[in-house]
This record gives sequence, structure tokens and C-alpha cells, in this order.
Amino acid sequence: MLKSVARVSQFLLAALIWLFLVESTGLAGPLALGREATPKEVAGWDIDVRPDGQGLPPGKGDARQGEEIFQERCAACHGEFGEGLDRWPPLAGGFESLAGDNPVKTVGSYWPYLSTVFDYIRRAMPFGDAQSLTPDEIYAITAYILYLNDLVQDEEFELSRQNFLSVKLPNETNFIPDPRPLTELRQQREPCMANCKSAVRILSRARVLDVTPESGKKSE
Amino acid sequence: MSNNKVNKATRRGFLAGTAGVIGTGLAGLPGRRAAAGSAANLPPNIPDASKALGDGVDARAYGSPSEFEKHVVRRNVAWLTATTESSVNFTPLHELDGIVTPNGLCFERHHSGVAEIDPADYRLMINGLVDKPMIFTLDDLKRFPRVSKFYFLECAANSGMEWRGAQLNGCQFTHGMVSCVQYTGVPLKHILDEAGLKSNAKWLMPEGGDAAGMNRSLPLDKALEDCFIAFKMNGEALRPGQGYPARLVVPGWEGNMWVKWIRRIEVGDQPWHTREETSKYTDLMADGSSRRFTWIMDAKSVITSPSPQAPLENKGRQVLSGLAWSGRGKIQRVDVSFDGGKNWRTARIDGPVFSKCLTRFYYDFAWDGSPMLLQSRCIDETGYVQPSKHELRRVRGENSIYHNNGIQTWHVMKSGEVENVEVSG
Repeated sequence: MLKSVARVSQFLLAALIWLFLVESTGLAGPLALGREATPKEVAGWDIDVRPDGQGLPPGKGDARQGEEIFQERCAACHGEFGEGLDRWPPLAGGFESLAGDNPVKTVGSYWPYLSTVFDYIRRAMPFGDAQSLTPDEIYAITAYILYLNDLVQDEEFELSRQNFLSVKLPNETNFIPDPRPLTELRQQREPCMANCKSAVRILSRARVLDVTPESGKKSE
Repeated sequence: MSNNKVNKATRRGFLAGTAGVIGTGLAGLPGRRAAAGSAANLPPNIPDASKALGDGVDARAYGSPSEFEKHVVRRNVAWLTATTESSVNFTPLHELDGIVTPNGLCFERHHSGVAEIDPADYRLMINGLVDKPMIFTLDDLKRFPRVSKFYFLECAANSGMEWRGAQLNGCQFTHGMVSCVQYTGVPLKHILDEAGLKSNAKWLMPEGGDAAGMNRSLPLDKALEDCFIAFKMNGEALRPGQGYPARLVVPGWEGNMWVKWIRRIEVGDQPWHTREETSKYTDLMADGSSRRFTWIMDAKSVITSPSPQAPLENKGRQVLSGLAWSGRGKIQRVDVSFDGGKNWRTARIDGPVFSKCLTRFYYDFAWDGSPMLLQSRCIDETGYVQPSKHELRRVRGENSIYHNNGIQTWHVMKSGEVENVEVSG
């Protein structure tokens, strides 16, 4: 009995100390781990941009300025006209190709939202020198990519936080939610175990293509 | 047709097949890789290793595999990508057994190379729709209640090169963008609780601290269900290429979402539609429309041996070994076929069977030297049956890349060599 009273009072004391610590340090969490981030810290890392415009920084730039920056910072991989050099991704063209044999997925032909272009350039480009572009430069490059895709006709076209949401990309409505539980899963059944096909023919062979690195065998 | 009939037919087929094999199969081929070794080390001689002292305990402070295992390495397919910093290497599945992938052999997919982060400089920021934006150090993370779980990690593009037909000759290349380790870390729900979620919170945006700033949208429900931030793999710290010092674990969902070097999670009320979930990791259908947010990795299996990099050296007894996994739960059964999918036999599962985890299967058989078309087909606990590539293409067309979980065929030739082929449906 005495023991349990002592235990209860120990517990109360611990709870009081905890409350005091939480009050004095401003911690809200149940485990009192970590610390509050300052607005300045958050601003330095919070670089994402959403299709509704959340996260777009103040700034502006036009396609003509964008072209200059693009030739200097982007064209070595993406090509002068955004056509993509070697195996680097093309950024322009590919319209009407998505249902064909050789679909070309570019900002103009495939990407659903312009915000994605801004978000991606801001965090990851130029390749090897990420997070080095100013908001004005990113607006300008984005405007130039629109121009390369004939989505704006005027090189004077200026993109800014104010008019950003007025630009729609043509493929936006061509994306559908994952239907798999209703499509491929329909073949849910007790699988066939015997005499499941009549004849089995080989239709294609990897060795004919011969694109496998080194030989297919164990190295000795 | 009743199940009974199917079973009988199967058993008959199996017995007949076995009898035929035993009748002709025991002679054995001359081993192409006959373990010649050095006669001085073979009976009745006393081998060198039995006489001389070996290295002492301080010779290898951190152990590495035997020098005779140097060929067991990850490999790159140079023509796939423009540069190795934004590329992938492949797990040598044909050399491994059991369900655990050694840390040094887990495939790597980087988008801007491997970030090297001093744990003292590591910070995880939580911001957005929270009561209080928070910052955690690595030491903070290690003071949260912890979980340790085995999960497979598969790139959505695994087998993507095989979509239109057989292309790469080896399961390392066709299926090697999968690995499986025991991850240890902190459930996201504990971390988010510390910041306090606002009532309109619906989505998270995990973001990496590498030069790609990898970011994806993750539904809050999934995050609270089973996602966690891992700082250990197979008991030791994450490898740099696996996100050291901390990465996200998203069980059963495509590897791209398992953000490495995770530095920030923003809480929001709608998805971000980031580059990796719009221009990449979306599934282009035949009509030009695209599926998006195709997160779950469907049930899949592959025979890892025999396979093109693991040919048959002899006639007679063989161990067929393979892996099966499902993003929807546990593997329930694996069937194997020796004749390109005409007849199937149920394989033996050995080792632990965990949810959303690699599962090892075996089929012991005798080979009579005749050609075989090997396939495996798994069924998960939801009843989902691994489809053929023909079935997948019927639904998704020829232009898809991601989420190819179709049945793989290996053609074993008379010589014992094995090639990657596609067969009629």
C-alpha cells in the first residue's frame, strides 16, 4: 500500500517535471523530442511548388531572357531547342506521339502541370549545380520552355507569380487514377495447372538483341 | 472442371515427367566449369590451408566477401542512361539465396549521385499543415520508439526494359532492381505527432537532401499505416547509396517513393504532382492516356537459378531457386513450369514468409539434358495471380514501362546455357 502511494507520488513528480520542461522549452509533442523550426529555417528549405501555385516565390522573367540563360545553363544536355542531346531528356515537341509506336514525353506533350517544371528546375537543375538559379531565372527559363513548345508565341511573354496559373499544359486532362484493383486484378482466379496451352513457341530472344553488358555467364 | 480433376492431372503429369527424367538423366554432363582447383590441395594431399597460419583477427576490421566471390557485384547497363549519376545498378540475384540482400549488393538508383552527409549535419524538418514546424537531429530520431521490419524494395521500372519483349540476358538485369533487408527506424506517425497534424492534412511530401531534392506525394493514410524513417539496414547504418543517414520506407510501394537522405516532410491538403510522379513513374496506355499514382507493386516472381548468368553445369539433380514478392501482402503460393506455362507444379517455399517481403522458393528436380522453358508464377494472399506479359499488354498496350510484373521465361538449352526468351501465350 505504502509502496504504491510512493509510486503514485513519484509518477506525479515526474509528470510535473515533464510539464515544466514542456512549458519552458515550448515543446508540444507527446514525446518532447526535437525542437520548433524557426520561420527562417523553414523558408530556406521550403522550395516546393504545387499546381495551385502554393510555394511560387515572387519574381518574373520572359522567354527572351530565358533563352539566354537556357543556352548557357541547360542546352549542353537538353539541346539548343530543348530537343535533348544523346540520352538526355527532350523538353519540347512530341505532340500527338503518345498513342504511337515511339511516344516522346516532353513538357509540352506530356507534363500535366507547369508548376512541376518550376519545382523541378528549382530543386534539381542545372544537373550538377542544383539550387543555383534565382526565382527570376527560373521564371525566365520556364517561359522559354513554353516558347520552345509553341505554347506561347511571343518571345516577350513574361511569366510571373501573378500570371503563372493562367498557363495550362495540353496533356493535363489525360491522366487517370490507378484503376488496377478493377482491371488487372480481375484475372484473380484459381490458376490453370495442366494443359494450359496447346503449343508453346519462342517469340523473342534476348541474345538476338545482344544488349546485355559483358557476357551472360559467370565471370571465371 | 473440379479442383480435384486438375490436381489429379497435375500429379499424373508430374510423375510421368519425373520418371522420364530419372530414366535418362543420371549420366551427367562433363562439368563445363569443372572445379579443377590445384591437385596439391586435393585428397589425398594435405592442402596449404591446413598447414599455414591464416590472417589474424585484426586483418579485416570490416569483413568483406572471399576473394573467390569477386564476380558477385552490382552491375550497370551503360546504354540505359546518359550518365552514371542519374542511373541504376542491379542486384546480382542469380548469386544470392534466402530472402535477405547483403547491404553492399542492394541495387541503387540515384538521380543526382550519392549524397555524402555527415550525421552531425543531418536534420529532418517537418512543416506545412502542422501545429508547430519541427526540426529533428539524427539523435532525436534514435530516441523515438523503434520498429524493425523486413521489406522488399523494388523500383517501379524493374523489368521495364522487357515490356515489349525479351531484351536483357540475365535476371540481374531483368529483375535486379529489387532488394530486401531488415530496416530499423521510427514510424512516421510518431514523428508527425510531435509536430501535430492539422485537421485538413491529407498528403505528405517527403524530400531528399541530395542534389535531386527527390520529392514525391505520399497519402497520409499510407504514411500513418506502416511508413517509417529508417536509419539501419540489416542491423548496421544505411549505406550512403541507400540514403545514409536516414531514408523513408514505404512498404509494398514503388521504390522511388522511398526517399533517401530524407531532409524534410511537408504536410499538405493535396498532392504536389512532382516531376517523378508526372513525367516519370506514370503508365502510358495504348490510347495515349496515362495512369498516375500507381504506387503498389503487384505480385511478381522470378527464377534466379537456373538463369542466363547461372547456367546448368551438369545433368541430374538440380535446385531450381527463385524469389516471389507482393506489395499487397504475403506470398501464398508459387508454381513453376518446365514447358513454358503449359503445365505447372507447386514449388516449395522455404524461409520466413513476411508481408511485402521477398519470399524464397525451391523446386528440386533432375535434368535429363533436354531443353526446358522455365517459368514461375506466384499468388499472393489477396488471391492475385501473377499475370503473363501478354495479359499485361492486353490491358496496358506496348508503351508502358513501369510495373511490369509479368511471368519471366528462361530457355534452358541442351548445352545447359540459359537465355531470356518470351513465349506464346
